[in-house]
Amino acid sequence: MKHHLNGDSVYVYTGGKPFDRQRRVVVFVHGAQADHSIWCLQSRYLAHHGFAVLAVDLPGHGASAGTPLTKVTDMASWLLNLLRSLQVSAATLVGHSMGSLIALEASGQAPAMVTGLVLVGTAFPMRVSDTLLQAAQTDEAKAFDMINSWSHSSLTHHPGCPGPGFSVFVQQRRLMERQQKGALYNDFAACNVYADGFARAEAVQCPTLLILGSNDMMTPAKAGRALAAKIHHSTVVEIAHCGHSQSTERPDAVLGALKTFLGKPTSTH
Amino acid sequence: MSQRDFYGFDTLSVHAGAVPDSHTGARATPIYLSTAFVFQDSDHAAALFNMEQAGHVYSRISNPTVAVLEERIAALESGVGAIATASGQAALHLAIATIAGAGSHIVASTALYGGSHNLLHYTLRRFGIETSFVDPRNLDAWRAAIRPNTRLLFGETLGNPGLDVLDIPNVAAIAHAQGLPLLVDSTFTTPYLIKPADLGADLVYHSATKFLCGHGTVLGGLVVDSGRFDWIKSGRFPELTEPYEGFHGMVFAEESTVAPFLLRARREGLRDFGACLSPMNAFQILQGVETLSIRMERHVANAQKISLYLHSHDSVSKVSYPGLPSHPDHALANRLMPRGCGAVFSFDLKGDRAAGRRFVEALQIFSHLANVGDARSLVIHPASTTHFRMDGAALAAAGIGEGTLRLSIGLENADDLIADLGRAFKVAAKA
Repeated sequence: MKHHLNGDSVYVYTGGKPFDRQRRVVVFVHGAQADHSIWCLQSRYLAHHGFAVLAVDLPGHGASAGTPLTKVTDMASWLLNLLRSLQVSAATLVGHSMGSLIALEASGQAPAMVTGLVLVGTAFPMRVSDTLLQAAQTDEAKAFDMINSWSHSSLTHHPGCPGPGFSVFVQQRRLMERQQKGALYNDFAACNVYADGFARAEAVQCPTLLILGSNDMMTPAKAGRALAAKIHHSTVVEIAHCGHSQSTERPDAVLGALKTFLGKPTSTH
Repeated sequence: MSQRDFYGFDTLSVHAGAVPDSHTGARATPIYLSTAFVFQDSDHAAALFNMEQAGHVYSRISNPTVAVLEERIAALESGVGAIATASGQAALHLAIATIAGAGSHIVASTALYGGSHNLLHYTLRRFGIETSFVDPRNLDAWRAAIRPNTRLLFGETLGNPGLDVLDIPNVAAIAHAQGLPLLVDSTFTTPYLIKPADLGADLVYHSATKFLCGHGTVLGGLVVDSGRFDWIKSGRFPELTEPYEGFHGMVFAEESTVAPFLLRARREGLRDFGACLSPMNAFQILQGVETLSIRMERHVANAQKISLYLHSHDSVSKVSYPGLPSHPDHALANRLMPRGCGAVFSFDLKGDRAAGRRFVEALQIFSHLANVGDARSLVIHPASTTHFRMDGAALAAAGIGEGTLRLSIGLENADDLIADLGRAFKVAAKA
């Protein structure tokens, strides 16, 4: 659905069902140089199983207008303002990579609004290598290749996402190509300088799930576990044979972890 | 298979889309000859039907063996995915029917395979889809033929029968300037010789029956989506950007930013038209794809050598092969397909229709039949077979002479093939 926030058009995918704020709300936040479509299967499933789903396109990403925000703190504020403008008072936030930092930061900015956290492909600090950061600034195509290579555990993903016959690998490349020029460096720089991760983690009050990939070279599982150790009430699910594109490489495993964590649509977080 | 860097063409040809079978450890891709697949429970069934989870339901929609072929060709063509079909014609129909309907218009090259021309000029017209045919070398003609209801531009990498080389970058630019996709038939070239998607084509299809399979054994087709065309920005394709009642009100472009075309093609086209590929055929085509680069190198080397032989032969008036400097698209071919121009070409034998018939009947290694892309060398004489009802004038209008012969060069020793042709020239000359 299209929404407007601060004068800019915002696109939010609702999982193929009209958004109903009376239901339990689950918000999906994509990572750097991506959009809502990385969550297509999980968000569609939950929307058709009693949840109200919002899979956002961050400003300047996907179908959302505007310029990409430059700080994770601002991205979190934007997300919370979006929820307020949609009259959402409480939600579980599910974030991937940069999106996981946004979700974590949002939980610190508005703990009463964030009743559950799912951090997918996460780490703190989320430093980007100098080589990749430089490529993002000077040669985006090279950076896309590096990310694609490091984000997948395999060229082959069965049964594929969103279904058989699709190449998860090439789809991610094309999705990165679709974003605004300069967005990648912007996003990586935002991850690189975000400093409040451990402080926010130690302050988390809601149940938290971390979904990590055993072969993740962008945010290694070891780093994710270090972050988990800072969060009370956290659970870690490590998916075998999975890289950094967890939601598309192993969509069923991610969905299974989400279903277990969320429970019934009527439960509390 | 661990991914640490990008793989080369040969590695993808062997591995892309396949892993050892998780249940049996079978290293080769098993042939899953099963019509349907058991649901884990009712919720799983509903989720599969509603595209909330990925998986196989019924082999008309998807099949594990067929999916390996689809993902392999997608990898080789730099596509976001592929759909395998019962034949190349089925792939062409699926590509068109997904984004065009009654009242739509297509701009197509005049240099098309006869079956494609039939589909566009006669059959689809009956269903309300009109086609304007343009000289593929005339960029202004492509541009001028576009109408408000045009849905795609369509050509072949190497046109029929003269092997006109499609200027993909420039034709794609014309299409994109009007918010239209370019569909390309790459059957003669395969992804080893050219990757149309990397040159600007948005949709690519193959008759996999030919070089992809490579052994003249099974029929099959594939349509590949580059994932680069922005269907929303175009504004011409409500089939992909507005709710579709035929599939739960789905807006395909919302579900997938980069592959809405393939979503609809599979969820509507395969489901409703049903021209799916048999897993047995998919397995056979996979065997061919595993050796594609090796075979294409030999096909092209043989074709180049034989085209030179024919070009210098006194009994030949013309050889239409872009690998020869005499072909009008030689420079373009060198630029777009530096590995070679395939192994199917025609030449004109001096003499009448009867001479052509004598030539074909004298050949001993070349097989006289209506196919191309076999390991075996093939020949056909259009004036006495596919176009036998046409008189000389009609043949000329179609770019075919009474002595025109089409060859598909196989994998035999080139010298043996040349000797076979030499023998036939002598017989043809005896009136």
